[in-house]
Amino acid sequence: MSLKDKLSELRQRGLADIKDSSDLKDVNQVRVQLLGKKGPITEVLRGMRDLDAEERPKVGAFANEIRDDLANALAQRKEELEKAVLNAQLAKETIDVTLPGTPVAKGEPHVIQQIVDQIEDLFLGMGYQVLSGPEVEEDKYNFEMMNLPKNHPARDMQDTFYITKEILMRTQTSPMQARTLEKHDFSKGPLKMISPGVVYRRDTDDPTHSHQFHQVEGLVIDKHITMADLKGTLQVLAHELFGDKFDVRLRPSYFPFTEPSVEADITCFNCGGKGCKVCKNTGWIEVLGAGMVHPNVLKMAGVDPDVYGGFAFGVGPDRFAMLKYGVDDIRNFYLNDVRFLTQFTKKG
Amino acid sequence: MKISYNWIKEYLDLNVKPVDLAEKIERTSVEVDGVTTPSDGLKKIVVGHVLSMEAHPDSDHLHVCQVDVGEDEPLQIVCGAPNVAAGQNVIVALPGSRIADNVKIKKSKMRGIPSAGMICALQEIGFSEDVVPKDYVDGIYVLPEDATPGDAVYDYLGMNDSLIDLDVTPNRGDMLSLYGTLHDLAAIYDKPVELDHPEVKEDGAAIADQLTIHVDEALSPQYRMRLVKNVKLAPSPMWLQIRLWNAGMRPINNVVDITNYIMMKYGQPLHAFDYDKFNGEDVYVRTAKAGEKLTTLDENDHDLDENDIVIADQKGPIALAGVMGGLDASIQDGTTTVAIESAVFEHDHIRKAAQRHNLHTDASQRFERGVNQAGVQEALDAAAQMMNELADGEVQKGSVVGSSNIPEPAVIDITLTHVNAILGTELTMDQVSHILESLGFEVTVSGDTLTVTVAVRRNDIHIPADLLEEIARIYGYDQLPATLPTGRMTMGTLTTKQRLMRATRHSLEGLGLNQAISYALTTEEKAKMFMMQASETTNLSWPMSMDHAVLRMNVVSGLLDDIAYNSARKVKDVALYEQGRVFYREDGNDRPSEEEHIAGAITGTLMPEAWNQAAQPVDFFQMKGIVAAYLKDMAVNGDVTYEPNTDMPEMHPGRTADVLVHGHRIGFLGQVHPLIAKQFKIGATYVFELNLQAIIDMPKQENQYDVISRYPAITRDIAMLVDDDVTNDQVVALIERRGGAFLQSVKLFDVYDGVKVPKGKKSLAYTLTYQDKHETLVDDAVTQAFDKVSKRLEDDLGAQIR
Ligand SMILES: [Zn+2]
Repeated sequence: MSLKDKLSELRQRGLADIKDSSDLKDVNQVRVQLLGKKGPITEVLRGMRDLDAEERPKVGAFANEIRDDLANALAQRKEELEKAVLNAQLAKETIDVTLPGTPVAKGEPHVIQQIVDQIEDLFLGMGYQVLSGPEVEEDKYNFEMMNLPKNHPARDMQDTFYITKEILMRTQTSPMQARTLEKHDFSKGPLKMISPGVVYRRDTDDPTHSHQFHQVEGLVIDKHITMADLKGTLQVLAHELFGDKFDVRLRPSYFPFTEPSVEADITCFNCGGKGCKVCKNTGWIEVLGAGMVHPNVLKMAGVDPDVYGGFAFGVGPDRFAMLKYGVDDIRNFYLNDVRFLTQFTKKG
Repeated sequence: MKISYNWIKEYLDLNVKPVDLAEKIERTSVEVDGVTTPSDGLKKIVVGHVLSMEAHPDSDHLHVCQVDVGEDEPLQIVCGAPNVAAGQNVIVALPGSRIADNVKIKKSKMRGIPSAGMICALQEIGFSEDVVPKDYVDGIYVLPEDATPGDAVYDYLGMNDSLIDLDVTPNRGDMLSLYGTLHDLAAIYDKPVELDHPEVKEDGAAIADQLTIHVDEALSPQYRMRLVKNVKLAPSPMWLQIRLWNAGMRPINNVVDITNYIMMKYGQPLHAFDYDKFNGEDVYVRTAKAGEKLTTLDENDHDLDENDIVIADQKGPIALAGVMGGLDASIQDGTTTVAIESAVFEHDHIRKAAQRHNLHTDASQRFERGVNQAGVQEALDAAAQMMNELADGEVQKGSVVGSSNIPEPAVIDITLTHVNAILGTELTMDQVSHILESLGFEVTVSGDTLTVTVAVRRNDIHIPADLLEEIARIYGYDQLPATLPTGRMTMGTLTTKQRLMRATRHSLEGLGLNQAISYALTTEEKAKMFMMQASETTNLSWPMSMDHAVLRMNVVSGLLDDIAYNSARKVKDVALYEQGRVFYREDGNDRPSEEEHIAGAITGTLMPEAWNQAAQPVDFFQMKGIVAAYLKDMAVNGDVTYEPNTDMPEMHPGRTADVLVHGHRIGFLGQVHPLIAKQFKIGATYVFELNLQAIIDMPKQENQYDVISRYPAITRDIAMLVDDDVTNDQVVALIERRGGAFLQSVKLFDVYDGVKVPKGKKSLAYTLTYQDKHETLVDDAVTQAFDKVSKRLEDDLGAQIR
């Protein structure tokens, strides 16, 4: 048998052994056997010195080739077996992915805050400032400068928590109209502001009344503001808060600080305008009061009503939240039951 | 006010359904609370003629009646009403009928006697008790003699009319009358309206010889009376009674009913006095004198106030002017001579009198808003005419007029340019002047200017803006275009304060707290808890309840109320924060200052128990971690430190810390005192409250980039025994001060004061991290620094290094 034949046979046998090896230990054993210093290939190579000088390099090359083949086969087999071991391990590690995730501590913004923020962001985008005023107000700002002198009958419309004769809990965010108008420098540009905040009425708390609730006042004063601008602005507000499908309609109303005064209705949430119990079959729900700022309000704040004018509106976030989510008891907003607070989690 | 659709149609040729008319009114004039047709929901209710009546054999109050209901055979109906009698025409609910409140009537037996239906009282077919004529309140109603048996009863009783309930705003007093409403509808529908005017047939003597009136004109700018003699009191004719009860008023007798009817028609409240009850022939309109009393028609006694306007005779008050008449001089059985009063009273006096005496009447409601001052005499004449026609009265010659100040109509100039500029419309001069004329105003046009003479009845219109409203609403708000303001640009940005307030909320939500909004008005006791500075309370002068009577001076107590509310509902894990104001008042100031605060409260566990995690009850250090993380978010400039506070009465004396920034106290955190927790009925609760305004005002640390060292860090752990009263802060401060140039951080990793340490001592263990930013640190340098700091700990704090 020539050396070459011996090598060929060695390769065949070696490859078969590698294939038969069943674990990493086996593979290692086979490697030592085949490629070790005392292994058959080393043996064969030792016999090379008996060959012709011409034959020697050829057989040498062949032997190297066989050694490489076997080494590759060993490496490949090793990898296969390692993979199998890993797979077995991973199979053992399988978990029930339907088990609940580990709870994380996470807080939610109050639903009314969410609505206020949404209104703020909308109006910030339209170039309005956001201003806040005192909750304990002077009668002067809450009423008198809003064109509600001391004996005005409309004062009976809103029951007021007085602290002294002249100091009260503000019943509306409207006093911020007067406070802002007094200060605004029209040479620097028009006045466009909203003023969100807490207001108070002398009411007994029940499902539809709360002695504390929220309002967002809006005010735009410039040289050429129209009632059509008011209508358009309220439309944008309704679309932002409720969706494009909601229409706005205006109805005459009465507020001492606006003239003309309107009440704004939007399409009923419950029936989409067809008429139902919620909207008393009208298809519409009253959501806010608005109007063109009364000249007396401008005058009292030192603004010339012959030059400047504009609109104001007052929105009730509590009412919006009640309508939008069907909240049936306004007290929910102020009792802070965690099961209530954590229902309004949608972001963005 | 409920206004009759049929009555409107007598004057205006309208071809609209009642609901559509109501909708139109709501869209153009005033709010409508509802439209009702009294016969709606009723079925098979007819006129019956009682042919005969016998006593029920087994009852002492039931009657067995044979009733002709227009069919071949009479019906036998058992009736318990005390006033049923043979020969009456009555209201019969037939078998299978439906009466008020959706009740079905079936054939039945009453104490053994078959009864085919029911003879009804007005209340049983839906009338409100307080409009039913007194004679029929406690029994069945008797229909007119000419009613035809078998006919539906609705038309006899005016029940097929539709009633539109107007919710009139304070400015539209004119709409509290048929005539006022007609004027508006004429403009809305652009139709002419023809109103009728009275023609009085006078008889007898001149009133001036029989009555003299003395008027304080400031109290009563107009005061007029007529005298009608020999009136015959009787029930009013059906048509008049129907008008009244459909408007929500009880028919009483022809004289009283006429005054109410005229009020509904003209909006002018009238009062009828029994002239013969006057003491003397002089009538005074004046304010009440101290000590004067009056018993009003409703038989209530009133102590009069010196600001009440009264009508008085020589002896004293006979009526509370504009509110309610007195009982003594009222129309009663036997009255033959009636003095009718038609007047205007100063609205403010009336409003206050109505409030003071808690008498809010149809009259006071109208005087408060103002009546049509141009129609006072007309209403008086119309009433006199009706008393002549319906009560056979002799109207004495003339009126006696105590005062007669009719205001001049308002004349307002407005330009078409202005109208379109404010409304955003493109109306023509013709459109605008037509709208104003259709409201009954006089308009003259000169160039761009309209000069408008406003009808006196519209006492709410004084300035151009008032006319704009009239034009806009009659033109229709639906027709207004919808645009957005144009003009000079403005920036819409949040202020620094507003941004920080938003960041505060987002930070605390990220830290696991839910936003609460609690009541700012609370009890005096709670208002004064958890005080961060001395302050007087701010109390409501007239609270609705003691639970909400004083303005809070802390936010935490409201959060504890919230936790109590949750706890009572078995919600044990609660984590809340609230951003809101507290109200501090200095003695001598009426008005408190308002300070923004931020507060939090946690109870139960923050991280709820789960299948793979045990519940971890809240503790001081969780709350401290939240506060620290929040203050880190706020990037306050300067060290945040925590100092024990043993003095807050509502807080656990050993588990409360003041929070300081750069040495300034901005609030506190810790455990609520167990006794306070018990008082609120809540479990162990940890809270914090910080002065948010102070945080907003503090200088802030801008974000900075610090190069992350490429060179390895070396750590050394150190454990030591120290006396119990040595604080972590002291140890860390010393290590930081003496740790050498390469010390990067000190981290506490163990605290132990169990059995293995001597009494009075505790074991603290820290990891010290060293790093050089510029080169690899040499071990020797670290060892040197570490040994040095260990020595200092031993020397300065008496630590035993272990
Ligand atoms: Zn609806």
